[in-house]
Amino acid sequence: MNGIHDMGGMHGFGPVAPEADEPWFHAPWERRAFALTLAMGATGQWNLDQSRFARESLPPAQYLASSYYRIWLAALGRLMVERGLVTAEELADGRMRQPPSGTVAALAAERVESVLAAGSATVRPTVTTARFAIGAAVRTRSINPPSHTRLPRYCRGKSGIVTKVHGAHVFPDANARGEGEQPQWLYAVRFDASELWGTDTTAAAVHVDCWEPYLEAR
Amino acid sequence: MSHDPPSDRHSHGQAHADGHEQARGGSAHDNEHDHDHEHHGSELSEMDLRVRALESLLVEKGYVDPQALDRLIDTYETKVGPRNGARVVAKAWADAGFRKWLLEDATAAIASLGYTGRQGEHMVAIENTPRTHNMVVCTLCSCYPWPVLGLPPVWYKSAPYRSRAVIDPRGVLADFGVVLRDDIEVQVWDSTAEIRYLVLPQRPAGTDGWSEDRLAALVTRDSMIGTGLPLAPDGQARKQP
Repeated sequence: MNGIHDMGGMHGFGPVAPEADEPWFHAPWERRAFALTLAMGATGQWNLDQSRFARESLPPAQYLASSYYRIWLAALGRLMVERGLVTAEELADGRMRQPPSGTVAALAAERVESVLAAGSATVRPTVTTARFAIGAAVRTRSINPPSHTRLPRYCRGKSGIVTKVHGAHVFPDANARGEGEQPQWLYAVRFDASELWGTDTTAAAVHVDCWEPYLEAR
Repeated sequence: MSHDPPSDRHSHGQAHADGHEQARGGSAHDNEHDHDHEHHGSELSEMDLRVRALESLLVEKGYVDPQALDRLIDTYETKVGPRNGARVVAKAWADAGFRKWLLEDATAAIASLGYTGRQGEHMVAIENTPRTHNMVVCTLCSCYPWPVLGLPPVWYKSAPYRSRAVIDPRGVLADFGVVLRDDIEVQVWDSTAEIRYLVLPQRPAGTDGWSEDRLAALVTRDSMIGTGLPLAPDGQARKQP
């Protein structure tokens, strides 16, 4: 979606403000919000791409005004309500009114270490051969889906060169819509900064990971 | 860290309904959490109450095991962090064979040191050279290589960094006090997929013969994101490579 989350190249947000000796969390609630998000994610009621879409679908003004863990919390609430795990009323005051969904198996404390260590690899076996090889001249398609995509606006309709072939990976555009993983070949594509920004840049090049459906030959 | 389930302190529903009253009177109830934090004011305290209410709801529904939450937090507060990545970089500096492996198959090379898992499933290392400086960003959200760097700092997830890194990386570097010569090209890597990038910075001059442990102490988090440089041998921050 052409959302506020897609920030590459925007002006006006001011300087980056690094914080010396930054703590991992800035308030007790951030710890719990972080862990709740991971723990609920581990129940498998939604996939990673659906949770990203829930975050980027927040109203733009709310997104910009929210710290990152507030964005996570808001998206977590939305996902749980959408799937009928909690009601909006329960979310508002924390009081249970509806029996729990029987489909949710909580992440047990004993499993945390192994679940984190295993991660969730997105590379998948495929029977197709990669359409592009290293060095291939490609152009990104001009796409504007209202649903989730990982092709940023700043590099749509732009010419680049394939620099790495990462294998076939879960295709977020399909996975976020609940249409299955539909693995697609994934490439690192180098775009000359001048192709993206003209002369108004201090970069030499920007490298973007692009799934095959984002690309056409040129 | 230890954590009392919210229901020990608040009956369900009380927290949010009473929002500010609870928040203002909340210094006592937060003592066990706040001992290492300064007072955050009523807004954050209200957030603490809201998240407690949410946690208690999800625990009551059986969706969440509060001890699992404690373990998740403990993992990322005490076990994972940029010292992991610093060990990877220091080994690459000290061991040419490891460096080659890291650049060819970062996932396997990094896993050989024990750093694997969530948000590091597919790793790629990108090497700075006398002519090239690399910087990593996620313009769309907050993708970051957790097993080697830990959780991302706030600035990495912020609009200023996400908007500017891809168009004006030298401006971003200036915000970090780093100035690169004009003949150094800046290459930016936007983490749009599940590939996680780790910058392999250049080894500081004057460190010949140093052990991996000594070298690792020079490797900063920001030098592995590309917004900074490794420390000088005397431990001072550097503004130029």
